[in-house]
Amino acid sequence: MNRKTKEIFIKYIFFVFALVAIIVLAMIVFSLFREGLPIFRQVSVKDFLFGMEWYPTYDPPDFGIFPLIIGSFIVTIMATLIAVPLGVLAAIYISEIAPRSIKEVLKSVIELLAGLPSVVLGFFGMVVIAPILQNVFDLPTGLNIVNASMILALMAIPTISSISEDALYAVPQEFKEASYALGATKFETIAKVILPAALSGVTTAVMLGMARAIGETMVVLMVAGGAAAIPESIFDSVRPMPASIAAEMGETPYRSLHYHALFATGMVLFFLTLTFNLIADYVSNKFKQTGSATL
Amino acid sequence: MRDSQVNTMKWRYFQQSLFFALFRAAALIITLALGGIIIYIIINGISAISWEFITKPPTHSMTKGGIMPAILGTIYLTAGAISIGLPLGVASAIYLTEYAKQGRMIRLIRVGINCLAGVPSVVFGLFGLAFFVILFKFGSSILAGSLTLGFLILPTIIGASEEALKAVPQTFREASLALGVSKWQTIYRIVLPNAMPGILTGSILGIGRAAGETAPIMFTAAAFFTSKLPSSIFDEVMALPYHIYVLATAGTNIEETRPIQYGTVLVLVALVLGINMVAILMRAYMRRNKRW
Repeated sequence: MNRKTKEIFIKYIFFVFALVAIIVLAMIVFSLFREGLPIFRQVSVKDFLFGMEWYPTYDPPDFGIFPLIIGSFIVTIMATLIAVPLGVLAAIYISEIAPRSIKEVLKSVIELLAGLPSVVLGFFGMVVIAPILQNVFDLPTGLNIVNASMILALMAIPTISSISEDALYAVPQEFKEASYALGATKFETIAKVILPAALSGVTTAVMLGMARAIGETMVVLMVAGGAAAIPESIFDSVRPMPASIAAEMGETPYRSLHYHALFATGMVLFFLTLTFNLIADYVSNKFKQTGSATL
Repeated sequence: MRDSQVNTMKWRYFQQSLFFALFRAAALIITLALGGIIIYIIINGISAISWEFITKPPTHSMTKGGIMPAILGTIYLTAGAISIGLPLGVASAIYLTEYAKQGRMIRLIRVGINCLAGVPSVVFGLFGLAFFVILFKFGSSILAGSLTLGFLILPTIIGASEEALKAVPQTFREASLALGVSKWQTIYRIVLPNAMPGILTGSILGIGRAAGETAPIMFTAAAFFTSKLPSSIFDEVMALPYHIYVLATAGTNIEETRPIQYGTVLVLVALVLGINMVAILMRAYMRRNKRW
């Protein structure tokens, strides 16, 4: 083999390796469809997605995942409401205000928070937050929407904060200087120049944070309470989709209807997070930051 | 300056200090949350830690004894995951930084990597179950769990490797190519060695991730309890994260085993955060001692 063909050969080998992410994604879709689709021979798509009853082990069983979808959405939205202000404001502090030494410390804090295993956070929610909630609000159980949302927010904060910070940091220096030259204070510059210029990056950060929260499993499995019903208050228990899959998969017989229903739930979850990720990707590409900054 | 102007200036600076306090508070809350969790775990877990706890298997249906098999299982699974994720991820990053030209295909690959990074961990678990455990007939085993975790950490490793490869100055490549060295040799002899510290630092983060994940191994590798240690990669193992979950939710004596739970949580946190700390310190060290 002469040198040139060898080089081309090597290039194509690496090309195949570059495809590995897409191949894995395809394998995931394949296995979800293969094991999930059979449920729709028994249950219509409409009854599955919008059915109000999730009693997979009853006779006859009910496979309506609407309460699970609602459970997933409610904890995700509440977690986002907590995590976005905290994450974005902290990002502004880190990127624009903090002195160098504090900045380094805070960045490490965010990274370590991102590194905490979800099962540890779930455990913390069970043994610390749950009893507090139960006593303070006089509830039958502290394992509920509020608890799960708080812990999920902790998991979403690192994603939101670090990506927002990158976006803020990427705003060109000239923008700030122009604003100062016009007599704006530092805060006015942040609020009216830097933040708007970094908005697409911050939006991406929020979308990815939400994707993280909706797909998170151990936290909702351990602290959301597990009641498969539409909640009436934020102190009710819910059973988000990942919790249902993780809790029930161990006990269901192979290739039973219940087994297929759990895979179909996984399909719904997969496509939801995929949507969030594609929106994030679209936003970060379509609305590239103005000026010389790129994300 | 007129009085009204002075007042507006005062107001604007007052507004600024008010909002800066808010920004500072947000950063403080996050720091306190992390600090609080870690301190709480240390205070409650430290009393359970002993040499026996780390080196002995559980006894009395997991209400007494140690967690050695779980520690070992986590090490096996993590080592398996990294030996699958690292070569694939680095090779993928080499194509993306060294060979690829901007175009539709590259755009598609990047979207694919981002989407893979966003796949929920429990969906990885389902994938591992359907693909490795059932379709490939590996059963619930170290192999199936390692493959699942290896693909889970792939995006982390690709990202870290790309960054490390991009940080190698273009002049290094040009100097090598100018000497008549082929592209592959340039990558192999010049680019990779210089990028290696960065690649390893980033990969350590992947190791931390793999060691702490629970959902992907629940149906693919983790055993509730095994009396014997694994003898091959086709055996089930206990794992620290799953052990915590089982003891905290499914045990018959949840309250009685609290000390063991706290101890196990402390061991896992020390392991995972220790790994992360190493990565953070290594990176700081490398930044300070940059050779180019």
